[in-house]
Amino acid sequence: MDVGQYLGVFLDESKEHLQGLNDNIMALEQDPADENCINEIFRAAHSLKGMAGTMGFKRMQELTHHMEDVFSDVRAGQLKVNGDMIDQLFKCLDALEGYVTLISDTQDEGTDEHQDIIDALNAIRTGKAAGDAAPAAQADAPEEAASADAGKSEESGPAWKSIKPDKSARESIEEAKNEGKNIFGATVNIQESCILKAARAFLVFKGLEEIGEVAFSDPSTQDIEDEKFDLSFSMIIVTEESKEKVEEIINHVSEIESVDCGPYDLSLAGSEGDGDAAAPKAEEKPATAEVAAPAAAAAPAAEAQAKNEKGAEKSGKKPAGKPAIARTVRVDIDKLDVLMNLVSELIIAKNSLISAATSEKSDGGSVNEQIEYLESVTTNLHESVMKVRMVPIDSVTQKFPRMIRDLNRSLGKPMELTMTGEDTEMDRTVVDEIGDPLMHLLRNSADHGIEPPAERVAAGKPETGQIFLHAYQDGNNVVIEVGDDGKGIDVEAVKRKGIERGIITPEQGEAMSEKAIIGLLFNAGFSTAKVVSEISGRGVGLDVVKSKVESLNGEVDVRTKLGEGSTWIIRLPVTMAIIQALMVKVGGETYAIPLDSIQIIEDVSPSEIKLVQNKEVINLRGSVTPLIRLSKSLEVESTQPEDANMVVVIVKKGEQQAGLVIDEMIGQLEIVIKPLGKLSNKCKFISGATILGDGEIALILDTNALV
Amino acid sequence: MNDLSDKESLGELIQYIVIRLGEEQFGIDIRYVDNIVRMQQITRVPKVQHYIKGVINIRGDIVPVMSLRLIMEMNEDELTGKTRIIIVKMSGGSLVGFIVDQVAHVLTLDSNNVENVRRGDDRRHGEFLSGVGKYEGGLVSILDLNTLELESLEGRDREREKQLIAVNE
Repeated sequence: MDVGQYLGVFLDESKEHLQGLNDNIMALEQDPADENCINEIFRAAHSLKGMAGTMGFKRMQELTHHMEDVFSDVRAGQLKVNGDMIDQLFKCLDALEGYVTLISDTQDEGTDEHQDIIDALNAIRTGKAAGDAAPAAQADAPEEAASADAGKSEESGPAWKSIKPDKSARESIEEAKNEGKNIFGATVNIQESCILKAARAFLVFKGLEEIGEVAFSDPSTQDIEDEKFDLSFSMIIVTEESKEKVEEIINHVSEIESVDCGPYDLSLAGSEGDGDAAAPKAEEKPATAEVAAPAAAAAPAAEAQAKNEKGAEKSGKKPAGKPAIARTVRVDIDKLDVLMNLVSELIIAKNSLISAATSEKSDGGSVNEQIEYLESVTTNLHESVMKVRMVPIDSVTQKFPRMIRDLNRSLGKPMELTMTGEDTEMDRTVVDEIGDPLMHLLRNSADHGIEPPAERVAAGKPETGQIFLHAYQDGNNVVIEVGDDGKGIDVEAVKRKGIERGIITPEQGEAMSEKAIIGLLFNAGFSTAKVVSEISGRGVGLDVVKSKVESLNGEVDVRTKLGEGSTWIIRLPVTMAIIQALMVKVGGETYAIPLDSIQIIEDVSPSEIKLVQNKEVINLRGSVTPLIRLSKSLEVESTQPEDANMVVVIVKKGEQQAGLVIDEMIGQLEIVIKPLGKLSNKCKFISGATILGDGEIALILDTNALV
Repeated sequence: MNDLSDKESLGELIQYIVIRLGEEQFGIDIRYVDNIVRMQQITRVPKVQHYIKGVINIRGDIVPVMSLRLIMEMNEDELTGKTRIIIVKMSGGSLVGFIVDQVAHVLTLDSNNVENVRRGDDRRHGEFLSGVGKYEGGLVSILDLNTLELESLEGRDREREKQLIAVNE
């Protein structure tokens, strides 16, 4: 089966399930008895296993299966949640995430089987008897005896006679017996040549469920579904029909070699006491039996498996030629409906325009009317399409609680993460890119910001450090604040370090403002941590954060107070593809200035220009604002005479502002941003280009680079 | 031996678009040509190398346009009715336009009739050529598109600068 086309969906859903597992296991750590949570985890693990199996990712399926087993024991109350188990489970989730990443990169799950994790998970399960039951040694003995018993009887008589049903099955059998129903045991042998054993078994179960109920099976139904059995399986059937009918139904399924069926007596299954203890052991038994299966029987099975694997390989190889997996956005159907409606209106508008244009006496009035209508439709259409591209940032922030928890343990600092505004929406492309910078800032806060507990107590702060992430929309921007109540940035230390690293000279250091010194942190190769730790401080860091944010047309700022903590503020445009811009002319060429960077437009007479340190400035309502003559920056001749009044566009960059001198203003326009491709990093003043209504290109000025 | 009359020669047949720059003829492998458009308004991009003339709009994509004459250190382009921009798909799939004096014709060459040019060949424009093709009409220099990538042109510029500094010292 070629499953390549489902890969995108598989990856999306796997990530979702893994995230759900992460969240729920964290919740479980807080409240180990939360049943809802356990059920939720079990469901997610089960679906994940099923999906991985369907897609042919056997190793991933295997690992998930072992994890699911642990949850299944927890759910049945046979296993208690503890810290060690949570750690193992997280390790397992990380491994699974590794599989998913590998699959999304290479369409293959790789060869790592994570046997250590599987062993650890198994150890948790087998360790349960020792940790759980009080008289461990005592429980062990009958268990062994029971399993030895089961092994023996398998050789001597039909396997169903040795079935040890669990408590709930036992109860339902008891009940059925009291109701006067027939209870049969049956062992079904499947032909060696059968390839789809699980399917045959399923048909048997399905057939039997029509006439009664399968009260218990050995191996468990789950294992049978997963083909975790040799060539035979046994079960207990509760039915009103006769033994012959049962045999007939089972034999009716093809590829069944033989069936052994007879009345089942519950009392033979051993006394209540050790029956309970033996039950889980008996369940486990077939698993080990499978491993040690006789070579002859295993051969066809292995062959079938090899075939499967080959098939999986084939389906894995086919799409390998184009490893790019389509990126998807989940869209609310309502949003699509709105889009559909707008498109129909667009068609109506087009038709009206055609008829208005071709009508014999077009007076122009109706055409204008239609154009206005068209304009309103396209504006709405744009808005709706943008909304479709918008996703809440929680897809990246939801990973953070887990990360802080892990840092908590590895750094030995108690910390608490508070997040608000995770439902703030941004363009998918921005959300995808912003995860790493945010993660870095959070790690930074945890590693460098928050002091060790003793130091905190000495400083009169609560022992537990507070880390926060607040996101909110501010006009056309989304602001994300990340910070802590830790020790803050030591400006003097940064200055010393800057001098040490040769980034600034001591003289420069003296002249620099506090803000400028903090700005040094964003320099490549700057790390103030005394010890380079695993968490952060590899020297690549804040500069990467800064360049990443800037590549998204955003900016980073930092507020800090020594001893009270620091806050990093990331400001990003809500969307990147379409912006409002002011179109201007400079030297006969058309340029676009993004509207959200513009503060005000001023008419300045040349006499107002003053020279400060040989640079042109104007006094703008009390603040000295440097002037930038765009014609000079862009290397063109200004079309304006020297002595004429100048149009100055005041733009802001963070808290700085500057005035851009232009020749003339054209007006405001909604523009579609197009990348400049290979030329984009050749001229840093230009952030992109747009195509105007007449097909001409106008370049978009990057005011941040100009100021 | 490259015997032109040998119709049995077993080389690969490749089609080239033959362009003219002044008196010289160059061939561009047709498989890399996306489009040929008439000369049009080119939007200048400030602060870039002199041979990058700007950008044009090709079906909604912004495509940089370079002057092949300036790259090869010939005189500035003289725009005529025959001036064309050849849009070439470079490695990596990005489009780049080259201004040429004229697009002459399409030529099919047997690879046996193309003589490879080695690196460091002192032939005129040798650094931009992958080979020289022979046909009934004469010789055609086959352009090596890799050397016309922006990155390799910049590399060349840097080399030049270094040499200049060395000479001046």
